[in-house]
Amino acid sequence: MRRYFGRKLFTYLLTFFVAATIDWLIPRFMPGDPVAVLVTKTGVFSPTQAAEMVKYYTNLFGLNQPLPVQYLNFWTSLLHGNLGLSVYGNGTPVFDMIMAAAPYTLALLVPAILLSWWAGNSFGALAARRKWLDNTVLPMGYILTATPYMWLALVLSFTLSFSLRIFPLSGGYGFNLEPTFTWLFFTDLVAHWILPFLSLFLVMFGGWAIGMRNMIIYELESDYSRYLASLGAPQGLIRKYAFRNAMLPQITGLALQLGVIVAGALVTEIVFSYPGLGHLVFAAINNEDYFLLQGIFLFIIIGVLLANFIVDIVYVLVDPRTRVAMRGGTA
Amino acid sequence: MQLGKTKVVALLAVAAIVASACGGSTATPTAAAPGATTVTTPPPVTATETPAPAVNGTLPPTDTTVYPRAETLYTSGKQWGAPSTWNPFDGNMAMGVVGLQYETLFLYDPIKDAYTPWLASGGSWDSAKTTYTINVRQGVKWSDGTDMTAADVAFSLNIYKNAALGSNFFTIVDKVVASGNNVVITFKGTPAYQEFASALYNDPIVPAAIWTAKNDANILKFTNQGGVGTGPYTYKTAAQDRMVWVKNPSWWATTALSLTVKPTYIVDIVNSSNNAALGELLSGGLDLDNNYLPGIAQIVNGGYGVTTYFATAPYMLGGNTAWLVPNTKKAPLSDPAFRRALAEAINPDNVVVKDYGNIVAKADPTGLLPVWSKYIDTAQVTSLGATFNATKAKADLAAAGYKTGAGGMVTNKDGSAIDLNLEVPDGWSDWMEAENLIAADAAAAGIKIEAKHPAYATVVDDRNGTATAAPTFDLVINNDVQIGNTPWVYYDYIFRQPEIAAGAARNRNYEQYDNPTAWALVQKLDQTPTDDLAAMKTICSQLQKIQLTDEPVIPLWYNGEWSQVNNSVWTNWPSSTTNQIQPATWNGYWQMGAIYMLTNLKPVTHS
Repeated sequence: MRRYFGRKLFTYLLTFFVAATIDWLIPRFMPGDPVAVLVTKTGVFSPTQAAEMVKYYTNLFGLNQPLPVQYLNFWTSLLHGNLGLSVYGNGTPVFDMIMAAAPYTLALLVPAILLSWWAGNSFGALAARRKWLDNTVLPMGYILTATPYMWLALVLSFTLSFSLRIFPLSGGYGFNLEPTFTWLFFTDLVAHWILPFLSLFLVMFGGWAIGMRNMIIYELESDYSRYLASLGAPQGLIRKYAFRNAMLPQITGLALQLGVIVAGALVTEIVFSYPGLGHLVFAAINNEDYFLLQGIFLFIIIGVLLANFIVDIVYVLVDPRTRVAMRGGTA
Repeated sequence: MQLGKTKVVALLAVAAIVASACGGSTATPTAAAPGATTVTTPPPVTATETPAPAVNGTLPPTDTTVYPRAETLYTSGKQWGAPSTWNPFDGNMAMGVVGLQYETLFLYDPIKDAYTPWLASGGSWDSAKTTYTINVRQGVKWSDGTDMTAADVAFSLNIYKNAALGSNFFTIVDKVVASGNNVVITFKGTPAYQEFASALYNDPIVPAAIWTAKNDANILKFTNQGGVGTGPYTYKTAAQDRMVWVKNPSWWATTALSLTVKPTYIVDIVNSSNNAALGELLSGGLDLDNNYLPGIAQIVNGGYGVTTYFATAPYMLGGNTAWLVPNTKKAPLSDPAFRRALAEAINPDNVVVKDYGNIVAKADPTGLLPVWSKYIDTAQVTSLGATFNATKAKADLAAAGYKTGAGGMVTNKDGSAIDLNLEVPDGWSDWMEAENLIAADAAAAGIKIEAKHPAYATVVDDRNGTATAAPTFDLVINNDVQIGNTPWVYYDYIFRQPEIAAGAARNRNYEQYDNPTAWALVQKLDQTPTDDLAAMKTICSQLQKIQLTDEPVIPLWYNGEWSQVNNSVWTNWPSSTTNQIQPATWNGYWQMGAIYMLTNLKPVTHS
C-alpha cells in the first residue's frame, strides 16, 4: 500500500509542478501590460504623476525583473507561502484576497458536489427500470445536465429573486449587515447561498442521475444479475449488487468532473455577484492581474489534486480489486 | 478494511448533509434577534474586516452591525474592485475617501461654474494676482476631536513636494506658508490660474499630526484604513464587495453651514454584473446606481419608480466626451484632409439613437462638454465644424487626391488599399456597437474601417505603445476628460507637448498630434485668471479653430454621467428641474457638489 500511495504522491507532486509552471506561464503570454491597465483605470493624472505611478507599481510587483528571475521568485515566494501582491487589489497580498474569497466558493462547491452526487446516484438507481420514474426523472435529468450553469443561474435569479422576491439577488450576505455570530446573520448568509448552490446542484444532479440510471440497466442485464435472478434471488438483492458495481465508474466520473464543476462555479458566482473565487478570476482577467490569477489557479489546482487524491483513497476502500492488486495478487 | 461499499456511500452522504447542515433547516429567513450582541471576532469569511475605530468617544448607537433600511443609502458605480486603500493621495482610493471622509478647501459646481468655500472660509488673490491667500475655516474638527488648523492646510499642500506622489503642484507653486489663520501661496512666474483652481477643489486636507510620519517614499503604501478626516462620514467597515461609511455626528458644516447629511450609513456596493445591478435597482436594494445600464430609458418611462437627471432624452448629464482618436503618425490618418473627411463620414446620431437609445447626446463639433458651452465660439463652429455628410466626405477625399479603387472604396494617394482598424475593449458592449455603426458609416463614404475588440489590456498596449514599440493603433475611442472647472483640462489632454514617452505612463495626446502653436495657446489658457472670461473665450476660440480644421480628435458623443435612482426609500434626488446637483459618487464628484445630494435627500415616510 505504501508503494501505491508513494507512486500516487509522486504523480501528484509532478502534476503540481507542471501545472504551477504552466500557471505561471499563461498569464505572461497574455497581451498587455498590467501596470498600464492599472494606471489607465485610475483616471487622468498629470503626466508626471502617471510616470511616478508607473514606477511605483512596477517596483511593487517586481515586474522590472527579467522573466527567469520572476520565475525563480515565484517558486521561492510560493514555498514561503507568499503568492505576491495583487494588481487588481492595488497591492493587497494575493493570499489574503484568496482567503477572503475561498470560503464562499468552498461553501458552494463542497455541498453541491457531494449532495448532487449522492442524490443524483440515488435517484438514478431508483429510476432505472421503473417506468414512471424513468419517464419523469430521466427527461428532467437530460434537460438539467444539458443546461449551462450560467443560464440556469440567470433563470433562477430572475424567477425566484427578481420576480417572486423569495431570495436575495446578489452578494454573499445582506448589504445591510456586518458579519456577526447571530442568527440573523446566519440565516441571511444561507439565503444568499441557496440560489448559487441550487444552480450548481441541479445541473450536476441531472448528470449523475442519467449516468447511474444507465449503469444500473447495464448491470441488471449482466450475467451475474441474470444468474442471481435464475437462482431466485429477490429483486432487491440484485439491485443492491448492481448498484455497488455501477458506483465505481461514478466515483471515477466524480474525479474527472471536478475541474468542470469548478469552472461552472466560477460563472455562477458572477451571475449572483457571489464574492467567491469566480468573481476574483473574472476581475483578475479583466485587470491583467498575473499574481491574483496565478494564485487562484494554484489554489484550484491544489484543490482538484487533493480531491482526486481523496477519490483515489475512497476507490481503494470501496473496490476490493484495487486492494488485492496492491497486495500483489490478481483479482 | 472491510468497510462495505454502501456504508461508504452512506458516510459520504452524511458528510454531505453535515457539510451543508444549514440547507434545510434555515431555508426560511426569519427576522430573529435584532438586538443580538456584537461579536468582536469576525468569522473567517471576512478576513478583510476590521472593527470601526472609536470616533471621538462618540460611538454610534447600540447595535451597529445591522443598518436600518430607512437610514441607509445604497450606492454603486465607483468601485470596480474591493476597496483596498483609504489613502486620499492614491488614485485607487475607495469610494468617498475624498468627499465623504476628507474634504477640500473649496467645492466647485460645474453647472453654475461657481466655487464655494468649504474647508477654506474664503480665498483671494492679491491685486497683482501673484499671491493667493487661503482663509482657513475656524471651528472645523478632525474626527478624532482635534482642531483643523492653517498648519494642517499648509502641510496638506506641501505634501506634494513628496516625489512619490509625482504631483506637478510645485512646478507651478513656489511656496506654501501658514500664517495665523491663513495660508499664503506664492508662485513661480505667472501663476497657472486654471490648474491652481482645480487643485483648490481637488486636493484633500489631511491632519498633519498623523501624516507627517507617513510623508516619505512609501506614502502610497499607507492604506489608512479608518483614517481621521473632517468630512460628514467616517469609516465603518469594508469587505470584498462593499464599503460602508457611517455619519460623523460632529461634522463642522452642520453648525457652520446648517447642512446635515441625511443617510446614517452609506453602503457602496462593488460593481456587479449588469443583471444583478439592474435587479437591485428595480427592487429597491440599490438607491443610486452610477453605472451604464443599457435600456434605462425604457425603465425610466416604464413606471418602476426609477428616475434620472433629465426626465426625457438625453436622461443623463454629459459626463465626458467620446472621441474617435486617430493615430496621426500613420498614413492616411496623418493627413488632416483625410481626418476631416472621416469626421464628415460619421453620423453620431446613429450611435445616439441605435446604440444608446437616446441616453447620450451628440457632441458639439468642438467636443466641449455642455458645462463648457459658454466657451464654444458658435459662429466659428457653424463655418468650420464638420457635420455628417457622406457625399461631401467623398468629394473632399477626391479633392485631397485620394482615388477610388475596387468596390468604390477609397485608396491611398499611391493607389494602395486603405484598411483601418478601430479598436475598443472587448466587453464594452455600448462601444462595441458604436464601432460597428462607425465602420458602417465610414464604409458608406468609401473608407474601410474594421471594427475590432481585443482585450482591454491589448487596446491599452496598442494605444500607448511600449518602451520598445511605438503605438500601433489606427483608431480608438477615448473619453478620458471628465467635467471640471476649466476647458484647459480638455485642451491639455488633446494638445499636450512634448509628447509623453510611449508606455504605461502615457496618458494624453494619444493621437500624437504635434502643434506647437496649439500647445502655446493651452499654456496661455492655463495662465489666464479664472475670472477673466473674455480672455479665456478668446483663447478657446483659437484652440477650437485648430481643432475644427485639423481634427486631431473627432468628437462623437457625450458619454452620460450615468446615474439612475430608485425613489422608494430616498427622494429629492438631483434633477434638472428641482435639484441641479451632480448625481455621481465617483472620485472627484463629491467636491463638485455631489455632497449636496446627501444633504438634500429626503427619507420616504411610510404611514
